Amino acid sequence: MTQRRTLLGALGATLAAPALAQFRVEISGVGATQVPLGIARFRDEDKSGQVLSAIVRADLERSGAFRGIDAGTVIDEQAQPAMSEWRSRGADALLTGSATRLADGRFDVRYKLWDVVKGTDLGGQSLAVPAADLRLAAHRIADAVYEKLTGERGVFSTRIAYVTRAGKSFTLRITDADGEGGQVALASPEPIISPAWSPDGRELAYVSFETQKAVVWVQDVSSGQRRPVANFKGSNSAPAWSPDGSQIAVTLSRDGISQLYLMGRDGGNVRRVTTSSAIDTEPVFSPDGRSIYFVSDRGGAPQIYRMPAGGGNAERVTFSGGYNISPAISPDGRLLAYITRQGGAFRLVAMDLSGGTPQVLSDTNDDESPSFAPNGRLIIYASRAQGRDVLMTTTLDGKIKARLLSSGLDVREPVWGPYGR
Amino acid sequence: MIEFHQKRKDAMTATRTSFFNCAAASLAVAFLAGCASGVKLDEGANVPVESRSTTTPGSGAGTSQSQVATVDLSKSAAASSAPRVVYFDYDSYVVKDEYRGVVEANAKVLTADRKKRVAVEGHTDERGGREYNLALGQKRAESVAKSLALLGAAEGQVEAVSFGKERPAVQGSDEAAWAQNRRAELKDK
Repeated sequence: MTQRRTLLGALGATLAAPALAQFRVEISGVGATQVPLGIARFRDEDKSGQVLSAIVRADLERSGAFRGIDAGTVIDEQAQPAMSEWRSRGADALLTGSATRLADGRFDVRYKLWDVVKGTDLGGQSLAVPAADLRLAAHRIADAVYEKLTGERGVFSTRIAYVTRAGKSFTLRITDADGEGGQVALASPEPIISPAWSPDGRELAYVSFETQKAVVWVQDVSSGQRRPVANFKGSNSAPAWSPDGSQIAVTLSRDGISQLYLMGRDGGNVRRVTTSSAIDTEPVFSPDGRSIYFVSDRGGAPQIYRMPAGGGNAERVTFSGGYNISPAISPDGRLLAYITRQGGAFRLVAMDLSGGTPQVLSDTNDDESPSFAPNGRLIIYASRAQGRDVLMTTTLDGKIKARLLSSGLDVREPVWGPYGR
Repeated sequence: MIEFHQKRKDAMTATRTSFFNCAAASLAVAFLAGCASGVKLDEGANVPVESRSTTTPGSGAGTSQSQVATVDLSKSAAASSAPRVVYFDYDSYVVKDEYRGVVEANAKVLTADRKKRVAVEGHTDERGGREYNLALGQKRAESVAKSLALLGAAEGQVEAVSFGKERPAVQGSDEAAWAQNRRAELKDK
């Protein structure tokens, strides 16, 4: 199968097939190594209210690791598909399934994955879910397929948070990782920026201007209970959780210029960790909790620096370009994603922290706020297209991009939540 | 329509006199939010950045260049309607000389009434990251707040805050719009 994949990669000059029209994710680009996967329509999915197979397919294609081949027909998990037919259609694997309404109103969603090359059954599963969790069931199937065929954990059943703006209304939303199935966490007539998930995914820290100034709040996602954790004189912003969830790094201007501070998750025990005469902001912890990456213009222009998490000497990390901001560190700690200015354009860049040339991943002009998926294989970021703020995901090589459409709203400030829902 | 191009780059050369002129003119037309914001948005967008005039062609209501109007800042009525917006150059947080009068007028209000409190709200144009812009806007606000303090305002009377690029004064993605968005506004608390 590996050989086959490589061969198909070489032939991969064909455009990735677009997702089904009713699905609101647009995918563009060609990956180097994509598993060609046949996806059948699930039996009775049309009666469930969610086109499960389309959700699974869009998830897998967005990952950049798969190229979907539409079966065009219904095949359920009990069928014995003709492998020769699927081989001739170029598929390495085939996904089949069904959605059956149970007597209690829930749905029994089943799938089976086939290795078309070997002609073997790769297993399946049955998930009994309420109608409201049908999308989640589809994402879990996509996760299972992804893990089975790539050996890595999928992120399709995780959640993202982002902010939408419609006129003067700002809304902090939490949605599935594909940007759909959204729920409102906070609605405000004033801007909301810089949401940050707690490591356990239960809370969101964010900056709200509801009191006519920037204040850092922490909100429990499931109960909606919220509290201001940094509300000092001046501006309070850029919250970042330590990996163990015990501390929050923030930017405060209470002592004059914007500097970095650490505080307990309840807002207590505030201590300053940078003492520069320049702007220090946008802190993020390294995944091991030992370092903080941040933006400073102490060298005359904004660049990304790294320092010990408790404070101390900072070393500069970015050197090419005169404007590098918004650092994000991959979950394995090896990759730095950030935004660079090229001429008048602001673009997403990824750089190997062990020493490597920064790779520009986009050709758009207004990229902002990169955030890694918890498996480190995708980056979500904000950009602009056709005069609107939009959200994009990209693979680390920049080859597969997906635009998350959100019914004509301006969408910004995406942040990818952790595993575990 | 009275046109004073405080927000334009060439306004660096404007004198203090022009500030008073401006303030007086503002009063005359009851623009409480400040001279520069008295420029209509779409007009501003159509005027080239480098253009410079103290009369508005075709407006018929131009102010003569030699006119001097007196503003008495000791009167609270005049003081409270002092211009309350300071505009900044790109990537800069230096309060330009032409806005010294704005700062002085507002400092006077604060020193005259110690119970008065203001927020200085810093803003940036739309280019660049939200958090970095928030810090830049903060720097602009601090810069104005510091000037107010030097002129006698007590620390507790002034709070510098920032909205970064989140609350633009005008929409638009050209220099004319950006110039009007790079600002610090004084607001009563």
